[in-house]
Amino acid sequence: MADIGRLTRARAATPWLTPVTLVRVVIVLSVLVVWQVMAVSGWFYGDVVPTLRIVTVALVKLLSSGDFYWNLWATIQEVAIGLSIGGIAGIVAGLVVGANKFLAKAFEPYLYYLGPTPKIIFFPVMIMWFGTGYGSKIAMGAVSCFFPIALNVAAGMRQIDQVLIRVGQSFRANPWQMALKIYLPAMRHPIINGLRLGLGVALIGTLLAETKISNRGIGFMVIDAYTKFDMPRMYAILIVLFVLAIGANTLVARLGGLDDIKQK
Amino acid sequence: MASAGARRFLPSVVGFSSIVLIFVVVEILIRVGLINRFIVPLPSDVAKSFGRVIVEEDILHRFLLTGWECLAAGVLLTVFGVAIGVLLHRVPLFRRACETWVAAMASAPLVLAYPLFLVLFGRSALTIIMLAFIAGLAPVILKTIEGLSTTRRVLLDVGRSFNLTPAQQFWKIYFPSALPTIFVGIRLGLIFALINVVGVEFLINFGGLGHLINELAERYDLPGTYAAICFVVLVSVVFFMATERAERWLTSAA
Repeated sequence: MADIGRLTRARAATPWLTPVTLVRVVIVLSVLVVWQVMAVSGWFYGDVVPTLRIVTVALVKLLSSGDFYWNLWATIQEVAIGLSIGGIAGIVAGLVVGANKFLAKAFEPYLYYLGPTPKIIFFPVMIMWFGTGYGSKIAMGAVSCFFPIALNVAAGMRQIDQVLIRVGQSFRANPWQMALKIYLPAMRHPIINGLRLGLGVALIGTLLAETKISNRGIGFMVIDAYTKFDMPRMYAILIVLFVLAIGANTLVARLGGLDDIKQK
Repeated sequence: MASAGARRFLPSVVGFSSIVLIFVVVEILIRVGLINRFIVPLPSDVAKSFGRVIVEEDILHRFLLTGWECLAAGVLLTVFGVAIGVLLHRVPLFRRACETWVAAMASAPLVLAYPLFLVLFGRSALTIIMLAFIAGLAPVILKTIEGLSTTRRVLLDVGRSFNLTPAQQFWKIYFPSALPTIFVGIRLGLIFALINVVGVEFLINFGGLGHLINELAERYDLPGTYAAICFVVLVSVVFFMATERAERWLTSAA
């Protein structure tokens, strides 16, 4: 409403080829040229550094094979279930610890210090508990993402503006209404940020577990390509995987409005 | 006074007691047969096997090996990370072009490329060091840029008023001012490096502590596996606390 009648400056159209875009294009082209020179120079084994044409053919072959999408679906399912279990547990633990100072002092140090430990070392335990199938990979995803989500939610809970809580109380909101109308909307960004970090580590945990013992998933495909020494296929899988992981991370951040916070 | 002191330590006591209570409950559940002892070993057996694992599995040597790999990766990521960060800060066009790429690199599961590194560097410590280096590089670069960019205007003006050369301006003003933030990045990088060193040791069955866990699991030495996992968790926690203490000291000194 306050903007009515105010003159706003029209945003200047950004030229298509900015210096930044040009630098990016030059960097990408330089990397590709260096790679191609390395591949055709004969200084490296042709199988280890294949030419760009061979990698491109492998990439096209990978993306047009049903096998890739079947394995991708298996990994997506494992990560999604792991993230759901670890995410719900992390949100509950974060809410409980964040809402109570005593519990925070008693248990948050354990969450804080166990968070950065390498989770893959728990994989032998997960295999014994949940077997070598889907279960152990889902468990790895859940254990990996639990800590960043719990810590983010706990920190977010403490940062809620007290005015919002008093407003809720003055309207005599019941605990359920307080949670739905005050706490969760106020904590949207910490939760989304926790889920974003959780997604990254759940993905790593699940994929690494797949490389260790599995017969399905993208992690299995990477280790299978290594076992068969099919390097072009391995490069293709890694390129697709990195693009998908970075894309998923950016998407979660954008959907959660985290980009807006950074810009402010 | 006594009650104030007791109140201060009460949460820690409750937290620690809860952990002990969980172990006691698990011990009882295993002893009465509700949990299969061939899947979860008795916590008392795990505690007893600590000594055996330390003595028989040459844990000091493995610890030093993992420590050396972390140190090598740490030196590499400090030298290259800070140098790349300084370069990106000095050339704003490069910074605008590459900073988002570095941030994207931080979110990519780079450790998944370990089979590729196995091909490039063989099943050796170099594979582990290079992977840990690459995995920990992004936070060092990003924090170096952040530290240099947030140097206070007044400090830069003081430098200019003394007619400092660009090199003097960097070493006398920018670098000391950015050092605490750079150390935050190095600390994050070292934590990533440790996670990746132990993880890759476990995955490729080579090296120090990660290798030990895999070996004990393959021997189906359950108490030993659990004890080794606890040992690695303990090492990670001590490492994390030590770097945190160093960061606090550096931040307060700045």
